[in-house]
Amino acid sequence: MEIKELITQKVKEKFNEAIEEISDFRNDLSFTVKKDIIVQLAKFLKEEPELEFIACKDVTAIDWGTRKKRFTVVYHVYSFKLNYQIRIKVNIDVEPPAIETVTSIWASANWYERETYDMYGIKFINHPDLRRMYMPEGFEYYPLRKDFPVLGIEGSLPLPNKAD
Amino acid sequence: MDRISQIYNDEKLLKKLHEDVNLTIEDVLEHEMVINMGPQHPATHGVLRLVLRLDGETVLGVVPELGYLHRGYEKMAENMSYIEYIPHTDRLDYTATMCNNVGYVLAVEKLIGIEAPKRAQYIRMIVAELSRIAAHLIAIGTFAMDVGAVTMVMWTFREREKIQNIFDRLAGARFTTSYTRIGGVSEDMDDEAIVLTKKFLNEFDDALMDMDKLMLSNRIFIDRLEGIGILSKEDAIALGVTGPNLRASGVEYDVRRAAPYLFYNEIDFNIPTQTEGDCLARYFLRGDEVRESVKILNQCLDKMPQGEIRANDPKTVLSQKAEIYTKMEELIHDFMIINYGINPPAGDIYFSVENPKGELGFYIVSNGTGQPWKLKIHSPSFCNLQVLSQLCKGAMISDVVAIVGSLDPVMGEADK
Repeated sequence: MEIKELITQKVKEKFNEAIEEISDFRNDLSFTVKKDIIVQLAKFLKEEPELEFIACKDVTAIDWGTRKKRFTVVYHVYSFKLNYQIRIKVNIDVEPPAIETVTSIWASANWYERETYDMYGIKFINHPDLRRMYMPEGFEYYPLRKDFPVLGIEGSLPLPNKAD
Repeated sequence: MDRISQIYNDEKLLKKLHEDVNLTIEDVLEHEMVINMGPQHPATHGVLRLVLRLDGETVLGVVPELGYLHRGYEKMAENMSYIEYIPHTDRLDYTATMCNNVGYVLAVEKLIGIEAPKRAQYIRMIVAELSRIAAHLIAIGTFAMDVGAVTMVMWTFREREKIQNIFDRLAGARFTTSYTRIGGVSEDMDDEAIVLTKKFLNEFDDALMDMDKLMLSNRIFIDRLEGIGILSKEDAIALGVTGPNLRASGVEYDVRRAAPYLFYNEIDFNIPTQTEGDCLARYFLRGDEVRESVKILNQCLDKMPQGEIRANDPKTVLSQKAEIYTKMEELIHDFMIINYGINPPAGDIYFSVENPKGELGFYIVSNGTGQPWKLKIHSPSFCNLQVLSQLCKGAMISDVVAIVGSLDPVMGEADK
């Protein structure tokens, strides 16, 4: 309980206006923040001596389908010092979806952001190597978006030409 | 033959040939070469493709290409109920199916807010640890085979076979177990399964000793691994390495200790660590972990209580067949669960367990319906592969095989 309060207090002190929501569903502490401060927040969480969230475990996104702010990018970060994990959520309100990368702060975010880009088409600005992770280069669609059918789109993965 | 000698004797023709080829000996020695390793390479543990840039035998850079086994399990999860998804978790890390089953149902239970009975949790611990031993045996065996010690894989598979027999007795399948259920496990652990497990544990210590003797007196094996692919503590944390690879670099982080799930807080076990961070350390660490698993298993078998194996909560947990046939409420809820799924409250949770490869996490977003709105798998093999290009930089080309083997990726999990 103390850890939770400490983190909430520290983040509130620094980024009070930018926090949209703090939730605590099933004991998972989660902050929803504005898009512009994500890099500053990441830097703060990592470098603040009492927090030290030095490990980024996961970056992913949620496609809400019909909502106005369609995509939410989700970060899971862990602190070895506090032995605690928090979640940061950022609603994206621009079209096409884009957000600043956190690779410069957490190096492990590199592949996670590539995967998110591959699956949802969210562009991570200033990412060093933003290529497709799983799907082939030149694939036009983003498979985990809700408007992509489960059975795939016919002709979207052309077979190689047969040699005569 | 005549034609070739004719060309070499004819100055005009020779000059033309050189112009065409435009390549000299100096060119060949000076320039770098790009070669493709995989996806059909036996040492890449599945369908991992590596594009290597070489200068002679030294690796200048590696670009891993993933996605050859991408089956879209995250997409499929959004279109099936929570119960239907259990068999698909088998196919993630197919060397440790039970661990995946346990991890997934624990995540769903956290989302719903229920807990399995104590006996079921102990059974889950037992199968997870057995599965961990099996997975580490494959890891050690194939790793040794990759660097040339072929006997080892026979010995480890012989021991693993006994674990598969226990799973066969428990779940009715050796490989694709799908053993756990939301709120419990599918079948009780009967006396025969317990006897099989105890017999396996009694014999296993000697077998492990034999394997150690075989490998550690092998000078070639040690020389090929020592000081290869060194991963520092800082890099391991920064690049998101998990599991045995993280602990081999000196970080004492294990989900079983950091955030105890099941009844790991009642069990006495150590978290082995190594400080070197090279391939040999990663090999030793897996052996140490297997020994700890044996310790955990012995304690679990002693402490396992009698009782129910599935929570008595018909609204969220499938009831036993006898109850469905005789009780009205159970019948109604069984019908509802099968047709509409379990409806957990809207919200999102992250839950992770310690798998043989590292931390397997599930991030589930629910909107209150029977199907998850989103299910993200945080797969340890994927995280561990990210460090590959850094480890291989500057290594010899034959070390690439050793480094990939020591990281122990399973592509079913890395590609999802």
